[in-house]
Amino acid sequence: MTDNVKMWTELGMDVENHDNLCQVLPTAVGDVFLSQENRPKAMDFWDMVISDVHGIRPAELIEAQKNGQKVFGTFCVYVPDEVIIAANGIVTGLCGGSQFWVPDGEKVLPKNTCPLVKASVGARLGRTCPFFRIADIYVGETTCDAKKKAYEILGEDVDMYVMNVPQMKRDIDIAHWKDEIATFSKKVEEVTGNEITPEKLGEAIHILNERRKAMARVYEARKSKVAPISGRDALLMTQIAFFDDPVRCTEMCNRLADELEERIENNNGVVDPKTTKRILITGTPMAVPNWKLHNIIETSGAIVVCEEMCTGTRYFEHLVDESGTTLDEQYMNIAKRYMKNNCACFTPNGGRIDDIIRLAKEYQVDGVIDCNLKFCCLYDTEKLPVKKALNEADIPVLDLETDYEDSDAEQLRTRIGAFIEMLNA
Amino acid sequence: MRHCVGIDIGSTCTKLAVLDEDKEIKEVFLRPTGWSSKETAELIKDQLKDKGIIAENSKIVSTGYGRASVAYADKAVTEITCHAKGASYLHGAKNLTVIDIGGQDTKIIQIKDGVVQDFMMNDKCSAGTGRFLEVMANSLTLDISELCELAKQGSNVSISSMCTVFAESEVISLMGKGESKENIAHGIIDSIINRVAGQAQRFNLDESEVALTGGLYQFDYIREKLSSVLKKDVSVSKYGHYAGAIGAALVAHDIL
Repeated sequence: MTDNVKMWTELGMDVENHDNLCQVLPTAVGDVFLSQENRPKAMDFWDMVISDVHGIRPAELIEAQKNGQKVFGTFCVYVPDEVIIAANGIVTGLCGGSQFWVPDGEKVLPKNTCPLVKASVGARLGRTCPFFRIADIYVGETTCDAKKKAYEILGEDVDMYVMNVPQMKRDIDIAHWKDEIATFSKKVEEVTGNEITPEKLGEAIHILNERRKAMARVYEARKSKVAPISGRDALLMTQIAFFDDPVRCTEMCNRLADELEERIENNNGVVDPKTTKRILITGTPMAVPNWKLHNIIETSGAIVVCEEMCTGTRYFEHLVDESGTTLDEQYMNIAKRYMKNNCACFTPNGGRIDDIIRLAKEYQVDGVIDCNLKFCCLYDTEKLPVKKALNEADIPVLDLETDYEDSDAEQLRTRIGAFIEMLNA
Repeated sequence: MRHCVGIDIGSTCTKLAVLDEDKEIKEVFLRPTGWSSKETAELIKDQLKDKGIIAENSKIVSTGYGRASVAYADKAVTEITCHAKGASYLHGAKNLTVIDIGGQDTKIIQIKDGVVQDFMMNDKCSAGTGRFLEVMANSLTLDISELCELAKQGSNVSISSMCTVFAESEVISLMGKGESKENIAHGIIDSIINRVAGQAQRFNLDESEVALTGGLYQFDYIREKLSSVLKKDVSVSKYGHYAGAIGAALVAHDIL
């Protein structure tokens, strides 16, 4: 801990205010994670990481920087990690998931901005998150209006690069995205001082495909009615994947998947499948330490078995074709994979509805909870077509809206409780 | 004699219903929830004892926002399920849309073939709730029944603020401008009716009856207004205020 304080001070952090966050986090981790029974043993890795989330990984990143590596901070699953890894760069997620950072964000952003954006800006400007201090450059993208404007504000304080994500999925848009990736790779070469070659990019594509496959194995196990892992634990695994070294992440996810597959064989689940309803959550992403919805659902007689969101299936579904031998082919293959993601920023976005219905069937769910963070008008507006499609498919759905504050926890508990009672009726 | 007791601890008012083994309503009463729902729960326990209802022979189910405060309840069930059960019982309809204007939140519940099909609750804010009406009536120094009476005679004023706090200052400035109490009252009732009807219209009301439950069931003017905006006859039961408590008592009957 003393080493951490020294590190945080050297990073120019507001250590005094940061202590307030450090004080509440252990209780939250204890309440949400450690209190669960019969957890997979392999979760010990993630328990260790989350209990020192601002210590272990930041120290590794600083060590890597001393050895000449550059750290790229990202906010979105559209930013192609492949390009950064190919230039021996390191990627770290930067999204803020705590109310703690919101007031500092509100100093410069309108109050009716989504809490994820406010927290992300607040974490930087309030100097209360080591990852936001460590990153050599931030890589943003044009997936929402609030983020676009927030990047302009962040750009005054930190080196900022923004990728122009298309808003449609025609062939010309995919071609544009490929060009955007190629342009980004020049920036990455400039920042890292390393050339991106087809060999190195091929290796990076392979490394990240392996991570996707490992995460997919864990999610595959969640499809089983045995329910070998809680939604909370699976969410934590996914959230930490955005921060971790991809090779270690792959190893840990595979280790967890091994155990889950064994549990399924032994019929060793974390809940009683006869009395517990299976829920798919869809909507806006859940950045660390946002575990609010999962926690309420899983303490109200249900289990979350899948997340159709960026901190969920969108992070690992679809592999990049590894057969490209030239940079041109590889950029195109990367572009095609990323454009399979169905974010609400696209129009039209029927693919997301198809995904939700497909996943609801694959994960054998009893109901869907469609939840957006307050002031995210894109996901909020998509609730209606999502609901309509789910009604037609005879899958019950509950619409919710929330933010990072705990003040609506009881109201959410009533709605979620009523939904689960409805599924049980 | 075995009893089925439903206790609905709402944000402003606690409702209680006792059914017998044949699901006949034996007793209903209400009391203000006060500042502590735990204390209210204890007082109700004493009241039940006075009425000769012994916990050992009964099943007790709690609901409402204070449902977790009833330590002696056999089960706690959300108000959505209870209102649906209670309203179905009171109105005898298989397909029913229940509009419950509560003190803290407004619920729209769609029931198909006797089970909850879908529901919606207003968000964190008090717009479109009983609290909105209460605050507005207070600002005119009226009670809700007086407010309804005056509203019948008024016209031509609309309250545009959805936020209760802002709406209150809107009412005060209307009074300052010399607008008549009748017209202001009219605008207040219109505001809540439009808000609630807008929510209800998100559901398909074609094939279901519509019922109004909660404390406002007793005001004819509100029921008529709601019927006219929804273009649908809204019905009420004399036990409308107790729909949640009766629903809870019916759940108690299921576990008797």
